[in-house]
Amino acid sequence: MSELPLRAQLASVLGRSAASLSRATGRGDGSVIGGRVALKVEPDLLTKLARGRRLALVSATNGKTTTTRLISQALREFGDVATNEHGANMPTGHITALAANKSAVNGVLEVDEKYLPQVIKATNPTFVVLMNLSRDQMDRASEINLLAKKWRTTLAETNTHVIANADDPLVAWAGLGSANATWVSAGQRWKEDSWCCPECGAHLKREVDPHWECPECGLARPRTAWAVDNDSDSIVTPEGQQIKLRLNLPGDANRSNAVIAAATAAAYGIHPERTVERLRDITSVAGRYTSVVTMGVEVRLLLAKNPAGWLESFAVLDPPRVPVILAVNAQVSDGKDTSWLWDVDYRVLRDRRVFVMGERRTDLALRLETDEVPFEVAGRVDEVLAKLKADRPDITKVDVIANYTAFQQIRTAYGRVQ
Amino acid sequence: MSNTSSALRIVWIYPDLLSTYGDQGNVLILKRRAELRGIPTEVVEVNSSDSVPEQGDVYLLGGGEDRPQILAAERLRADGGLARAAARGACVFAVCAGYQIVGESYAGTDGSPLPGVGIIDIRSGRGQSRAVGEIVADVDPALGVGRITGFENHQGRTAIGPQARPLSTTVKGIGNDDQTEGAYQGQVLGTYLHGPALPRNPQLADLLLRWRVGQLNPLPPAWGERLHDERLAAALR
Repeated sequence: MSELPLRAQLASVLGRSAASLSRATGRGDGSVIGGRVALKVEPDLLTKLARGRRLALVSATNGKTTTTRLISQALREFGDVATNEHGANMPTGHITALAANKSAVNGVLEVDEKYLPQVIKATNPTFVVLMNLSRDQMDRASEINLLAKKWRTTLAETNTHVIANADDPLVAWAGLGSANATWVSAGQRWKEDSWCCPECGAHLKREVDPHWECPECGLARPRTAWAVDNDSDSIVTPEGQQIKLRLNLPGDANRSNAVIAAATAAAYGIHPERTVERLRDITSVAGRYTSVVTMGVEVRLLLAKNPAGWLESFAVLDPPRVPVILAVNAQVSDGKDTSWLWDVDYRVLRDRRVFVMGERRTDLALRLETDEVPFEVAGRVDEVLAKLKADRPDITKVDVIANYTAFQQIRTAYGRVQ
Repeated sequence: MSNTSSALRIVWIYPDLLSTYGDQGNVLILKRRAELRGIPTEVVEVNSSDSVPEQGDVYLLGGGEDRPQILAAERLRADGGLARAAARGACVFAVCAGYQIVGESYAGTDGSPLPGVGIIDIRSGRGQSRAVGEIVADVDPALGVGRITGFENHQGRTAIGPQARPLSTTVKGIGNDDQTEGAYQGQVLGTYLHGPALPRNPQLADLLLRWRVGQLNPLPPAWGERLHDERLAAALR
């Protein structure tokens, strides 16, 4: 990477300066502004920075930041890894990440679903890692059927090795565009966006999870090499070896991310046992799953941006004794439309104490009232804690499920915890 | 359909194709507002591989992306159950993509017209721009519903034929054509207010119930009324 042309070198230097300026002035973590400045100077910069590396691009509706982190953690076995671990997942963020680490041969880039075709073309990655597709921020995002189709077409035009979740019909259909794929049975809890065949539209036969097949055109779940086994908290390798996970990140969603990471790391030549060992060191990802102790109470932060994410979060809630705070905003980066709240089933919350917060807490209030879930309305986390402590001084834990800007507001209130 | 004859039968059409963003909310609110008044309900979910039962009271159709919309229209036309139910006088509440396909025609992927189910005299085409955002409209005073609010997200534009009437006059947002929003003809009612249109407008939910069971006992204002007022104020601010 030292043979980067002069113009590209200049562009990266300028980009890095802008990024440090952004950090120094406290305006951000520098991932976006740096790339933006650099791109002005050299439009082909991403291609040039990617050249000669072994890159994995990671995309999905949910779990892409976490999985990117898991894969890069595994690859650090070989030394430095260029990665956009702050979640700046558009080309400007990719440029900043690659420019910041020119000597790293291995790179893992989280890629926004919509930008994936463009970034595949620009970087010619060794691997493309695909996990799930579901409804998300429909006022500004692309329709997911259209998205899957673009992925499929782009993959058909490249010789990239795809590592993909066979249990998600839309993802599998996209991945089948590639001639070279490793299939992983990574599970799929949210099925509301995949009852119909991505190829012909017929109602899919989904009798025994995770199998699916189309009764009309014959499209079917590909045979998988890797699998997650949630019941035994383990993954199964292509050789049939069962490896216990014992992660420090909660829930089936993270077991699913882990099996994808293990399959990807194995493609780079790392033994899955070693990968799993390294994954256990991760306890939070950019504030997700982190716990803050405040007023003597452990407050756990769960980020969930869409119905599939909320469903996964409900599954990792602590036992019913632990109260939960639900917080929803509808700013541009959340999606301005809160309709998705009606796609989630809240009845599992009936036996715990529930608080609603955020700019759209009235939407949540009506939603919970409709599902006959008792709740209380709150303004701030501190206020909830004070109330809980007054009622039950021995309270030790609270879970918070929040969508994007609501999550960031709470996280910022506790000093941008990682 | 097996049920006691007194229950209000709510038929949710093709949740596997036409349930893109919160459409379930309309089923839940209709059921809840009926049950709060002591009216028993029965909800039937009909997948696109099943035939549509003809003896329902209220048929609900939600939104969908282009391809699912076309598939849903083709299957509904081939099945014929919804058209027979509407001819019998059943109530049909159709939202967004569902609204377009219950009309005479709607725009296919390339914009050319495709035949709809034909139970309401409307024709939909494709507009120049996508209509996305909060929408506010005043419903035809004959319906006693007042002002409604919701979120629209569509490329369609809809012309109302002589058999149908516009549901409302647009105050904010695009709706059918910048002037009117939605349409109704008998008890077939459609709107571009997508997803949970009934949760956000309890008085619209009550209109559908009134059509089926006659006069309703009033309910004390609760979170639905509060959300309605809050969103109305926010949209017009």
